[in-house]
Amino acid sequence: MAALYEGYTLCGLVPDQNLSSSGIQGIEEERDRDHVVVTDSTRSVTLYKVSDQKPLGSWTVKQGQKLTCPAVFNSQTNEYVAVTDNKVIRIWKEDDILLDKAFKATVSSDVWKVHCTHGGEPVVLFQRGAVRLLDSLLAAPQQPIEEVLAQEETIRSMSLEKFYDDLILELYFSHFLYLQRLNPNSVQRYRLEREEPGLSPLSFSAIYKDKHICLLYLYPNGHMYQSVLSVRGLGTEEGVQALPLPRSLLLGLPVGDGQLEAASAMALDEAHVAVVGVPHPSAGGGKDFLCIWNTNFQTLQAGKEMAGKIYGQLWSYSNKVFIPHGKTLSIIPFECPKSSLASALGKLKHTKTEESKTPNSVPSWNNILHGEKAQPSKTAETRRTVSWRSVFANCEFIIVHTLIQKEVEGFLTRSEFQDLQPSVGQLALTLVSRSLADPAFYSSSTLAQLVHTRCLCHSVCPDLVLLALEKKDYFLCQLCLQFFPDIPEAVTCACLKAFISMPDVDAEKVSLEPNSVTFMENLITRDRAEAGLQNGFSPTSSVVNDRQTRAEDKKKASAPSQLICPVGLHKAVLINEILQTPYSDTFLLPHLKDLSSQNVMLFLQYLQFLYLKYSQDAFPQMEGFRSPSLSQIMDWVCLLLDAHFTVLVMTPEAKGLLLNLHSFVKSQVRLVSELGKIEGSLQQLHKMKAKESIGQYSIEIIELF
Amino acid sequence: MGEFKVHRVRFFDYMPSAIRTMAFNSQTERLAVARADGAVEIFNFNDNFFQEKVIPGQDGRAIEALCWVGHRLFSAGLNGEITEYDLENLRPQYTVDAYGGPIWTISSNSQGTQLAVGCEDGTVKIFAILEERIQFQRNLNRHKGRIISLCWHPSSAQIAAGMTDMITIYDAETGQATRRLLVDRAMGASKNKEVVVWSVGYLSDHTIISGDSAGKVQIWNGLTGTLVRTYLVTKWDVLVLSVSKDESSVIAGTSEGTVIQFQFISSTLDQHDKEWVRTRTFRNHSHDVSALAHTDTAVVSGGMDTQLVVRPLLDKVEKNTQESALRKIAFPHRSLVGCAKKAGLLLFQFPDRLELWKLGESEGHGEQHTHTHTLGEDHICCSALSACGGWLAYSTVSSVRLYRIHVMISVSSSLQVPKLPKELRSVHQLCFSSDSSKLFASSCQSSVIVVAVSQQECRYLHTLKHKTVSTMLYRLHLLCASDDGKWLATANTDCEIHIYNLHKMKLHCMVPVYNSCPTTIAIHPVTNNLISVHADQQIFEFSLVQKEYTQWSRRLQTQGLLSLWLERDTPITHITFNPKNPDHIILHDTYMFCIIDQSLPFPELNAVLWNQMTLKNLPVSQRIGQSHAFKICKIFQHLMCVSLLEDLSLVVVERPLLDIMSQLPAPVRQKKFAT
Repeated sequence: MAALYEGYTLCGLVPDQNLSSSGIQGIEEERDRDHVVVTDSTRSVTLYKVSDQKPLGSWTVKQGQKLTCPAVFNSQTNEYVAVTDNKVIRIWKEDDILLDKAFKATVSSDVWKVHCTHGGEPVVLFQRGAVRLLDSLLAAPQQPIEEVLAQEETIRSMSLEKFYDDLILELYFSHFLYLQRLNPNSVQRYRLEREEPGLSPLSFSAIYKDKHICLLYLYPNGHMYQSVLSVRGLGTEEGVQALPLPRSLLLGLPVGDGQLEAASAMALDEAHVAVVGVPHPSAGGGKDFLCIWNTNFQTLQAGKEMAGKIYGQLWSYSNKVFIPHGKTLSIIPFECPKSSLASALGKLKHTKTEESKTPNSVPSWNNILHGEKAQPSKTAETRRTVSWRSVFANCEFIIVHTLIQKEVEGFLTRSEFQDLQPSVGQLALTLVSRSLADPAFYSSSTLAQLVHTRCLCHSVCPDLVLLALEKKDYFLCQLCLQFFPDIPEAVTCACLKAFISMPDVDAEKVSLEPNSVTFMENLITRDRAEAGLQNGFSPTSSVVNDRQTRAEDKKKASAPSQLICPVGLHKAVLINEILQTPYSDTFLLPHLKDLSSQNVMLFLQYLQFLYLKYSQDAFPQMEGFRSPSLSQIMDWVCLLLDAHFTVLVMTPEAKGLLLNLHSFVKSQVRLVSELGKIEGSLQQLHKMKAKESIGQYSIEIIELF
Repeated sequence: MGEFKVHRVRFFDYMPSAIRTMAFNSQTERLAVARADGAVEIFNFNDNFFQEKVIPGQDGRAIEALCWVGHRLFSAGLNGEITEYDLENLRPQYTVDAYGGPIWTISSNSQGTQLAVGCEDGTVKIFAILEERIQFQRNLNRHKGRIISLCWHPSSAQIAAGMTDMITIYDAETGQATRRLLVDRAMGASKNKEVVVWSVGYLSDHTIISGDSAGKVQIWNGLTGTLVRTYLVTKWDVLVLSVSKDESSVIAGTSEGTVIQFQFISSTLDQHDKEWVRTRTFRNHSHDVSALAHTDTAVVSGGMDTQLVVRPLLDKVEKNTQESALRKIAFPHRSLVGCAKKAGLLLFQFPDRLELWKLGESEGHGEQHTHTHTLGEDHICCSALSACGGWLAYSTVSSVRLYRIHVMISVSSSLQVPKLPKELRSVHQLCFSSDSSKLFASSCQSSVIVVAVSQQECRYLHTLKHKTVSTMLYRLHLLCASDDGKWLATANTDCEIHIYNLHKMKLHCMVPVYNSCPTTIAIHPVTNNLISVHADQQIFEFSLVQKEYTQWSRRLQTQGLLSLWLERDTPITHITFNPKNPDHIILHDTYMFCIIDQSLPFPELNAVLWNQMTLKNLPVSQRIGQSHAFKICKIFQHLMCVSLLEDLSLVVVERPLLDIMSQLPAPVRQKKFAT
C-alpha cells in the first residue's frame, strides 16, 4: 500500500502578498536524483542537494530583469538554460558566478518554456506553439518563428518525453490537446470532451507505457479523467482537424463545498496518483491535503495534511514529492508498491512490518473508542490523525467490499455453469481463509451470493459454516444449512446450540430467507386464527386417536396458551432449517448430549408445538414452502429423548412434556403398525392376483397387428 | 397379422448359480466370472458384454478365486487344486494340487511369472508360471491360521496376505514376514468373534487397503505398518475389494448388497495432499456382493443374487448414451431350451440334468416325461433334441450321449444308444438335421463331425473342416442345418460364419465377417437364406445360393435399425420361421419376442417401434398404413425360448426373475419404512 513518509523542508518560500502563488516557478531535476534546481518566480535560480537540504549554488539575474521560465539542466553539456524577459535565452555552467556574464541569445518571439528530458536535448517552446530544438535555435537566433496556435488559445501546460528517438511534446489548452512530434515535425490536435460549461482542466499529467500516452487531467469539480493515446498512429494522421479525445472517468474526488481552485494531480505510476489541494474524504472541507489514490481500486492509499496554504503546485522526482505550502517547500518521500487487491486492503505481510515502524498508522477500533480516556496525554494532533486514519481504513474496507462483490457478481454472470463449481469453491475458500485471518474482511453478502449458486458444499470449504456462526451471520448459516448436502453432524449440532441459546431479541433482528419466514408466520398465525374456528373438532383424530391425547388436545384447545410457539419467529425458522438437514443418528447422538437441559427442554417444547400444529392442520408443508416433515420432527424428538432421557426423567418440569411426547410416539408406532398391516394385505392381494392369472402352464390366445 | 395360440410355459425351474468371484482382463477386455457350481463364464466387454464362452462346472469344484495371467486363466478352489483352463476347448487343461488344504485365494505378480496361492494351512505357496504348466517353487514362512486373501505389490517384491485378525506382509524374495498389521475386531457383542480379512489391495505407494468381516474398509501405510484411516461401511462383512488400474479408486462389496467407492482425492478443494475418501454407494444387489471388478469406466459386480451388474461410472462415460446405461445380465446368452416342433416336446437343460416335457393338447397341463440324469460329475455343456422328438443328445466336457426316445400317451421310455463312434468325444454344440437322420457335432479345431443316426446303428460319416489362414482355430458355438438337408451353417467366436454343402460334404462359402459375434443363426426353410443376429443387435440376411447379402438385408442396412432396437441390452438367442408364411421371422430376447414381416416396410427412424397398442386401437382399414416390419410383443417377459410348432402355435418359455429371487436365501437386511 502506498505510503507517505515524514517530510522535511527544503527551503523557505517568499509567497506573494495575497498568497496567490507560492513564489516558485519550477523545480527541475539536476544531474542526479539528489540534486534539484529551484527557480523562483522573480530573479533567482538555486541548486539544492536534497538529502542535505542545503543549497549548493545560486544565481540571480540583474534587478529589472525577470526569469520567465524555470531553469533546466542540460545533462549532455552540464549547462543550465533559463529564459529572462521572455526573449533572452541564457546558458551557464555551474562554475559561472555571475549570470550576466554568461552566454545569452535573443530570439524573435516570446518563449513559453524550455523543456529538457533527462539525458535529452533541451527544447524551446514558443508562446504561439512553435517548437525548436535549442541547438538549432541558437544557430540562428533571429529565425522567424511560425504561429501554430489559433488566436484565442494559450498554453496551459506541457510535457515532453523521449520515445525511442522521437521526441514527443504535448501541449495542453483549455479544450484542446496538441501532440507534436519532432523529427519529423508533425502535429495532431485533439479536442477534449467538454465537462460542465466553464470548466477547464486544472492540471495535466502524463505517463508513458507500452507505446501509449496515458494522460490524466483533473477538473475543478473533482473529476479526474484518463485518456489513452497511441503514439504509433501519430505520424500518419497529420491534420488540422481536431480529433475527439476519448476519456474515461478515473476518480471522482470529493470536492467539499465549492469547486477546486488550486489543485493538481500527478500520476506517480500506472496505478497511483498524487493529488494536492483536494479535501480528504473523511476530514471535512479543508483542502490542504496531499493524498495518494489508487486508480485501479479507487481507494485512498495515503493522506497527509499540509500546514499552511496549498498552491496547487506539485513536482515529483525519484519517489519524492516536492510541494510548496505555506511558507515552506517540503519534500515528502513516498512509496507506491505494485498495486494489488491485497495491498489495497492492507493485507500484504511486509506492510505490517512497515506499520510497526510507524506505530500510529492504523490503530484498532477499540483503541479509538475506549483508548482515549486511557491515554489522555496524547497530543490533540496525533489523536486527530489517528481517528481519521482509522475512519479512512474503515471506508477503505467498505470500498473493498463493494469491489469484491462487484467482481464476484461479474464472475458469476461470466462463467459457464459447468466450470463454475471448482472456481466458486476456490473463491469461497480464499474468502473464508482471508476472513479467518482478518476478521474485518468478512463479507456476508458475497459469501451468501456464492452459496446461492449451489455450487458449494461443506467439504469444499469446511470453515464457512463455523465462520458464519462465529460472526453471528445467521442468514448465511441458514443458506448453508439449506444448500449444503454434507454438513457434518458436529457442525449441525453447533448451529443448533447457537440457535437455541440465542436470545429472541437478537434473533428478531436477523434478516432471514423470506420463504421460510412466511411459512413459520403462517403456522403461528393460523394457530391463532383457527383456534376459534376449530371449535374443539380435531380433523386428525384418525391419526392421533389415542384417548389420552385427544383429551389433551381438547385441553389445549381450551387453554390456548399451550399452543403458543415457545420460541420467537426467527429462531423457529432457524431451528426448522436444522430439522431439515440430513444427518446420521449414530454420529449426531454424541454431539446432542452436549446440549444443556434448558436447551433440550426448549427444543422439545418447540418440537411438540410443531407436532401439534402438524397433526391439527392439514399438512402445512403441502403449500410449497420449505418446511420440516412430520417424520423429521418425530425423528428429532426420538433422538433428543435418546440423548437426554435420564436427565429429563430427573427434571420435574419435563414430566408433562415427556408424557405428551410419549403419547405422540405411541400414535406414530400405531400408524406404522397400521401401515405394516396395509402392506401385508396389499402384498397378499398381489400374490392372489399373480396366482390367479398365470400358473405353471397355460394356453393363451394373443393377437398381433 | 392374426392370432396365435400360445403355450405359456413356466415350469422350467432354471436357477442360475450364485456368482462367486470374477476377474477382469483389461488387455483383452474379457471378464471371467466363476459361479458357485464351478462354471466359468467369459464375457467380452468389447462386444456388448456378450457371454462368449461358458466352461461347464463340475460337482465338487468350488472356485474361490480366479486370476488372469496374460491370456491364460487360472482358478483355485476349496478342493485344494489350481486349475488352468483351455479357453478354446472350454475345459480345464490341467489341475495341480497345492497340498495345502483348501485354497482361498490366488494372485499373480505383475510380470506374470509367479502365482501365489493362500491355503487353509496358513502357507502362501509360490508357483512359477511356465509355458505349458505351473511348477511349485516354494512356501513363504508359515503362520497359524488360514490365508484368506492375497495381493502382490506391483513391484512383485512384497505380498500382503489377509488372515484372521491380521494382515501379514511378506518379502517375496526371502519369504519372511516383514510386518504384521493387527486388525481390530468389531465393537460390542461380537468383540470375541475373530475378524476375517476378506480382501486386501496393495498399491504401488505401499498403501494397503483391507476389507474385513467387521464391516470396515481400512487404509494402511505398508511401509510403517500404521493404520491411516478406517471406514465403517456396513454392520456386516466387506467381502471383496477391487482397485482401479490407475489406483485412484477402490470399490468394496458388502453383504448388504451395496458397492461402495473410495477415491484418492483431496478432500477440500485447495489441498494438494490427497487422501482416500468414501464417495459413492451403488445399491444394485439384494444379496452379498462377493465378486467385483473395477474397469476403466465401470463397476462390475456380482454375488448371491446371481446377476452380473455393469454400472458405468458417470464421470468416465458420456452421459445419456447407451454406454452409460446400467446393465444387468441375469440369463445366459445362449438357449437352454430345445424344442421338437413336430412332436411338441420341450427339452430343458440344467447343469446336472435334462428334463423332457410334452406340451398339452388343449387347456391343461404339460406333462413331464423324462428325467435324464447325467452320469459322472461333469456338468452338461450342450444338448439337442431332434425335430421329430425321437432322438436326444447331450454332451459334457468329456463325453457325448445319445438317447432314443419313445413317447406314448402317458408313458415314455428312453434308451441309450450304446456304441457311439469314437470321434464323438468332446463337443461344444449339437444339432440334428431336420429329418433326424444326421447328428452334427462341433468338435475341437473348428471341425464338425457328421454322424448318421438310425434305428440300427450310429455311424460316423464325415468331418467337415475349412481351411483357415489363421493359426488360431476358434470354437464353433452355433450350428444350424437347413430344412432341406443341403446346408449347414456354423459360427465361431471369432465372428466367422461358414456354410457347408452337405450333399458334397465340403465348404460352400463364408459369410463376410462382421465385427460383432453372432448370437444366433438360422437358415430359412423356403428361401435358404441365412439370417444372423449379432451381439450389437444387427440383423443380416445372406443368400446361400447367390453367396451375397439379400436385397432386404441391404435395405435394412441402408435405412438403419431404430435406436430403440439397438439399445436393447439382451441378445437375440433364437430364430424360428413361420412355415405357412415365408415372410415371417420370429426372434426373441429376454424381454420381448418379435415377428419380422419381410413384406412390410421398415419403420421410419422417428417411428414408434412398439406400435402394437396404437395398431390395436386403429380401425382395420388404417392399420396397413401404420404397420411396419417389426411386430414386437412384450406380454411375455424373461423369455428363455420362443418357438413356433408345426401346428402354428407358439411356445413361450418364461422364467420370471421374481421366481428366481424367491428361491434365494433371505438377504441380510431389508429396509422398511425408513427404519
